[in-house]
Amino acid sequence: MGILEVKGVNKRFGGLQALGDVNLSVEENTVHAIIGPNGAGKSTLLNCFVGKLIPDSGSVMFDGQSVLGRKPYEINQMGISRVFQTPEIFTDLTVLENVMIPCFAKRDGAFRMHAIEHVGSEAAIREQAEQMLDDVSMLDKRHMDASSLSRGDKRRLEMAMCLVQDPKLLLLDEPTAGMARADTNNTIDLLKEIKDKRDITMAIIEHDMHVVFSMAERITVLAQGTPLVEDTPDNIKGHPKVREAYLGEAQV
Amino acid sequence: MLGLNKKDFSLLLFVAFLAIAAPFLLNPFPASSSLSFLNAGYPALMQLFAIFAIVLIGFNILFGLTGYLSFGHAAFIGIGSYTAMWMYKLLNFNVIIAIPMAMLVTGIFALLIGWISLRRTGIYFSILTLAFAEMAYRLSYSVLTPITGGETNLSPDPVNDPMVLKSEGGLTVPHLFGFDLNAKTTWEVGSWSFTFEAGYYLCALILIISFYIAIRIFRSPFGMMLRAIKSNNQRMSYTGLNTKPYMLAAFVISGVYAGLAGGLLVAMDAQAGAERMFWTESGTIVIMAILGGVGTLLGPILGAGAIKYMEKILSSISESQLHTWLGILPDWLEDAMVYILANFFVGHAWHLTLGLVFMLVVIFVPGGLVELGQRIGNRFRRKKPDTAPSGETTPAE
Repeated sequence: MGILEVKGVNKRFGGLQALGDVNLSVEENTVHAIIGPNGAGKSTLLNCFVGKLIPDSGSVMFDGQSVLGRKPYEINQMGISRVFQTPEIFTDLTVLENVMIPCFAKRDGAFRMHAIEHVGSEAAIREQAEQMLDDVSMLDKRHMDASSLSRGDKRRLEMAMCLVQDPKLLLLDEPTAGMARADTNNTIDLLKEIKDKRDITMAIIEHDMHVVFSMAERITVLAQGTPLVEDTPDNIKGHPKVREAYLGEAQV
Repeated sequence: MLGLNKKDFSLLLFVAFLAIAAPFLLNPFPASSSLSFLNAGYPALMQLFAIFAIVLIGFNILFGLTGYLSFGHAAFIGIGSYTAMWMYKLLNFNVIIAIPMAMLVTGIFALLIGWISLRRTGIYFSILTLAFAEMAYRLSYSVLTPITGGETNLSPDPVNDPMVLKSEGGLTVPHLFGFDLNAKTTWEVGSWSFTFEAGYYLCALILIISFYIAIRIFRSPFGMMLRAIKSNNQRMSYTGLNTKPYMLAAFVISGVYAGLAGGLLVAMDAQAGAERMFWTESGTIVIMAILGGVGTLLGPILGAGAIKYMEKILSSISESQLHTWLGILPDWLEDAMVYILANFFVGHAWHLTLGLVFMLVVIFVPGGLVELGQRIGNRFRRKKPDTAPSGETTPAE
């Protein structure tokens, strides 16, 4: 039993079959990549995991519980955090505040009315957030406005915001999209470091084969909304069906 | 101090000073001078300053922190007023009952209206709140006339109303445990005359407390969550936070502030009318917030004061007044100036002045009066670098 079990998921948008009978199992403490050409349904699938979309049929079980019909915040509270294609952070707040908010969400749940105490009196939350920022080497930037960070730092900050909640599953939606090679390598190093330090499962949607093959332990290839193969990176590289459907003439 | 940092505390002291010293600060001209007309230091107007400052402090918790623009806030003032009035009619004239009840009932209405309106965001949210306020306004002139008094307004009737808690021969004007809120003392100092009224000081005290609570909310984790919702709603829900109760709480707090203000209006003058809920009143609240500086702590108070001052003072300047002031000019110029001013800028035409001021502020100092103050302060400081920075115009963030 994987930590994330997807069975027979279908999703149609009007006449388009976005997902057709998707079965997928993500094992605990692995890095599982989902790859496929544009329009293969990768993002649709991911949106079904986090409550943004509800499949027409099928089941998505996380840690033994169904996520279907739950709101994004409820699914997060179950232990799934998500990193977006373009970093989604609180741009009007400081870096430290950005990381303190998920700490509050983790400690107090989806809502708590704490309107009179001062943020500064929450020493434990602050320490936790600072520790996390130290882990991603951003402690010196904690008082900056998040909007003034570089793209790479915004990505780091978003990761810190997800990781500080100690999620069981981290979903990454093209974490290196639009990045220069150096930034991409930094991100890979950061993710590897995270993986080495803690027990965490990662599911990555990625276009960049360099990222996929330097990180993934399992790979699922999606084409036209249906999984073609699921295997180890070495086997995927040489798989004829994958070459045909996705890799084309590219050398990998 | 009081759980505030130094900057916030000095801001609180500044507002407390303004509120307490208002009878002096707003009366700069001697009673005998021809400019005494510009004095705003009389109780009825100072009460309005304080009461609308309270409305705006609450409005700013919603609009300033979350960015949700309520276009129906005047309805809450109206609901607060009617509730306070019914407390007079049913129980007695002690405002210690009327004002908390006004807050409670307004809070219940805010919960209901917010629960429905917050299903939408942006302009749709604004329109929904506007629709509710218009409904409240229209209903109070039609089917709800038995409750609201309709066009004749609602006022207490000591003969026919039950007033079950009123003792034999008890006061029939608003009072606080028997202390008449209309009690006044006047100081004559030289040719100046300063009036101190119990009612105004009740408003001032409540204003200071309201402002203090607002600072605490701004600096609390709750306030931080509201700013986060404004900044990135999507990230908020993927961070495991349910944005809806946060928004609803902000809406209700904001509504309760308006209800408190409505109750105070009735505590100062025992009558309530539906015109308080008209949509232009809601619009004025929005304009006050923007003119003062949205999202800053001090801005809304300044905006409320500036507009209420213009509304009461500019609108009542008459042609003869202008003639007195401009008497030193040559006659032809005097007549021309008076004609232009009287027809386009003061008296009935004061809205045009407001419109111009509003346009200038939005175009040149989008941060409102607070930003204007900061810019002037910065220029001043550059010339004299050793001047201590003042905390008077500290923005919220």
